[in-house]
Amino acid sequence: MTGEVAVQQTEVLESASLNAEYHRIRVRAGAPASQARPGQFFQLLCPASPAGTPFLRRPMSVYGADPASGEVSFLFKVTGIGTRGLAGLVPGDRLDLLGPLGNGFTLEPGWRHIVALGRGAGLATLAPLGAAARARGMEVTAILSARRPSLMVADDAFRAAGARVIPVTDAEGTSGPAHVERLLRGMIADGRCDALFTCGSARLLEVVRRLAQGFGIPAMVALEQQMACGLGMCFCCVRSFRVDGQVLHRRVCYDGPVFDAREALE
Amino acid sequence: MTDLSVRIGTLTLANPVMPASGTFSEGMARALDLNRLGAFVTKTITRELRLGNPLPRVAETAGGMLNSIGIPSQGVAHFLEHTVPFFAAFAPPLVASISAPTAEGFASLAAALSVPGVAAIEANISCPNLEADGQAFAMREDSTAAAVRALRAATALPLWVKLTPNVGEIAPVARAAEAAGADALVVANTILALSIDTETFRPRLGNVLGGLSGPAIKPIVLRQVWQCARAVRIPVIGCGGIADAADAVEYLLAGATAVQVGTATFRDPTAMDAIIAGLDRFCERHDIARVSELTGAMRTEETDEPELAWVNPVA
Repeated sequence: MTGEVAVQQTEVLESASLNAEYHRIRVRAGAPASQARPGQFFQLLCPASPAGTPFLRRPMSVYGADPASGEVSFLFKVTGIGTRGLAGLVPGDRLDLLGPLGNGFTLEPGWRHIVALGRGAGLATLAPLGAAARARGMEVTAILSARRPSLMVADDAFRAAGARVIPVTDAEGTSGPAHVERLLRGMIADGRCDALFTCGSARLLEVVRRLAQGFGIPAMVALEQQMACGLGMCFCCVRSFRVDGQVLHRRVCYDGPVFDAREALE
Repeated sequence: MTDLSVRIGTLTLANPVMPASGTFSEGMARALDLNRLGAFVTKTITRELRLGNPLPRVAETAGGMLNSIGIPSQGVAHFLEHTVPFFAAFAPPLVASISAPTAEGFASLAAALSVPGVAAIEANISCPNLEADGQAFAMREDSTAAAVRALRAATALPLWVKLTPNVGEIAPVARAAEAAGADALVVANTILALSIDTETFRPRLGNVLGGLSGPAIKPIVLRQVWQCARAVRIPVIGCGGIADAADAVEYLLAGATAVQVGTATFRDPTAMDAIIAGLDRFCERHDIARVSELTGAMRTEETDEPELAWVNPVA
């Protein structure tokens, strides 16, 4: 089992500010990092910056991983001392990765059309899933949510993979759960929703859970939580799930971060 | 090759490095060759099922972290049916860390876990003691003695007693544990602490108070290991802020026979592997045949220049 997960020193190849809030970095990593599957994540040892020195690693879902080139990329919102340190990296810098960690998304061979819906940084988590589904010949519809159009990320990645993209934003009044639910109900009625995937929004998760339960559609959610170890040892990243009528805790890092959306509680 | 083996009472470990309770689980096998370790110490087991404390459960601080996980536990049956068989496939001995609200609870749990596949019991008597108004057993000599006596009567396995650093004088507690039948002491646990978010005015932990761990606490616990090692004849296992081989050597010099590594593993799950390799190199460089020679070897008398090199930290 040893060797699935490794601490790796990688070289930053690209570091780009995407808009007022989001940043993308790409590193040369090699195996096993570059074999990360959509939905898996890494624990990054974020560098010190004027904002501070992070003691713990920061979990970050994989935005792109290419075994052929050995490259791995991350797309994130710059918020705290960890992400501010990451955003300060420049090409040639080193970045220490631990991973790949956790269980990624699964795609059943029988599915013909999947729907991904997410918001904010959650779009970065869903983007490689969209590409993987397209590579398996599945149709992909992506409902991408942001506060305003200029803060939308990963829509280009979905389009490049051949997904149908439906942007929804707060600024345009299209991102509310009622509107998103109408969109989804239309796709379900048209037979264009064999499975649902979501990340980045409690409200969208609620919509997904209700529709998945009501229509008996498989649904997965990639959850986030503050972490320390990333390997299931410390139990700081638990979330609540309802399973067979009982509420129980599961570790996002080890039991997830991808879970059955029908069981996830907020 | 240095002889890295150490003896903890009747138990011989291949090397003196093992995980601290709560910082180790099956998941580590994904990142580390578990057969490298001196022993396995499980997350603390309780008799009852426990969900644990409210979130957030960890908070960063300068040189360390606070945690208040609250001992989520899947109970005895899960431990016997899953944890013991999983670790039976590996060579290092399995040490079961246990906690209970009463001395009797400690005793019955130790008896239930005294099964083939469990090599020793580590009694985490740093937990809240319901019989003494939320204090930890290890905060007082009498409650320490009561818990250890009950444990001693309940199991024939080697009994390690994990002390709390949250005491004024630790040596009397150490002596009480030894007198009541402990085979070894683990010194220590996390240091009771508080952190507040100045933007929200709220505590950074859901449980308000938590335990501080990491490099920030090393000099404090190192002092307590030295005090305990002078006070008792049984082995002391050092635990507090060890992140590299030099830290481990420091603990051995202070009187520890072995060390436990916890928070460092969260930054690097291969940290223990590096510490074991570093101990080997340290001993070779200093011409020390057996790592056990380092135990209690701190020198307080005047030394000659060449001898000073002996206590240089590992690079």
